[in-house]
Amino acid sequence: METLIQEFFNVSIMVRVAPLILSGLVETLLLCLILIPIGLIGGLGAMLLATRENRFVRGAALASIDFFRAFPPLVLLIFIYSGLPFAGLHIPAIFAICVAFLLNSSSYYGEIYRAGVLSVSRGQIDAGRSTGLTATQTFVYITLPQGVRNVMPELLSNTVELVKLTTLASVISAPELLHSADLARSLTYNSSPLVLAAIIYLVLLWPVVRIIRRLENKLGPQAGL
Amino acid sequence: MPLSRFVATFFDLDVATAYAPQIFLGLVTTIAIGVAIVITGLTVGLALAVVRALRIRSVNIVLIQIVDILRALPPLVIILIIYFGLPNVGIVIPSAVVLWMSLSAVLAAFAEEVYWAGITSIPIGQWMAARSTGLTFLQTLREVILPQALRLAIPPLTNRTISITKNTALGSAIGVNEILGQSISAEAFSANATPLTMAAVLYVLLFIPLVIASRSLERRYGVRRR
Repeated sequence: METLIQEFFNVSIMVRVAPLILSGLVETLLLCLILIPIGLIGGLGAMLLATRENRFVRGAALASIDFFRAFPPLVLLIFIYSGLPFAGLHIPAIFAICVAFLLNSSSYYGEIYRAGVLSVSRGQIDAGRSTGLTATQTFVYITLPQGVRNVMPELLSNTVELVKLTTLASVISAPELLHSADLARSLTYNSSPLVLAAIIYLVLLWPVVRIIRRLENKLGPQAGL
Repeated sequence: MPLSRFVATFFDLDVATAYAPQIFLGLVTTIAIGVAIVITGLTVGLALAVVRALRIRSVNIVLIQIVDILRALPPLVIILIIYFGLPNVGIVIPSAVVLWMSLSAVLAAFAEEVYWAGITSIPIGQWMAARSTGLTFLQTLREVILPQALRLAIPPLTNRTISITKNTALGSAIGVNEILGQSISAEAFSANATPLTMAAVLYVLLFIPLVIASRSLERRYGVRRR
């Protein structure tokens, strides 16, 4: 028991590495600040293409959404970050991260938005058009807000996944929370810094997971089927 | 970037043939670990949902907290803590087992939630009817509730399973010789990005049938929200 505490919950080590970990936390928060909007906006674009009337455009959009949902994000990130330099193209880590997340997250967000928009009943759109709104106005003021509300739990849950994915940046040595915790681990020969990072992730994400749980219960699948 | 250089960097046939056996080994490892994770995660998740259906208050409080923690923690954090922490307290387990354990736990947590959502969506009248015909609690669960609940659970479960099984690539961070790990070392040896292209192609070939299947499952079993 004593060794377990020494290895995983060593408070004196946690205190000593706290500044390093906190600087990592700031980087992670900055990453989220960049990557969440990238995903949300990219996803909106993906959804717009994937719900077009034009069969060719729609098919191509759905195919690329499926492609990037099948592509493990870490493989995508390493492919971009460590592949391009061999072709003589040196790109900063943050750029690779943004591109990888744009491709990955907008596929997931796009699919969620699409489910939301498709869940809005046809009558709503017809009613909007018959009051004189243009197709675009109907979409912006009627379909999109209701669609987004219908898939709120999924949007939140995907955002949690996105924040969790920022840990992948540590694999290409970009500064973020897990990377600084792992650095601290190798400096102290002790796992407590990793546990500290885990605690920080929990503080950030556990409340959101609880909110999602509540939303899911409220909206939940309709009883009965 | 001239096209020829791009092709030579990402699609070098000589490099591809040279490292194909090594990457094939990685593919076998990925499939083995992936299948093990799916089986363990989905089974443990179902067991947890059944335990939760017993509605023992103290047990459920603990269960829900653990499930929430596993849902909130990034998998890479769990993997690193187990991989680096356990040897220091005298427990040495192979990195592939660490990967399997961690991702199975995460999948079990997500699966439990999905099964549970399915179970609770079955109207209470079904429970009452089944119990009043003389079925026991477990019989009711097995014969009446679960067959309906699992139908509802299939589409979200497929999506989760795919996204968690894709995380086998995280094994490369702790030295598991799966596809990504093998192709990173092949890339370093050959000073060429072709092995990474091969890895990407293999992963997509492996998962795209599942993604497409999940789409049609969603159409067949999915419940449209209002």
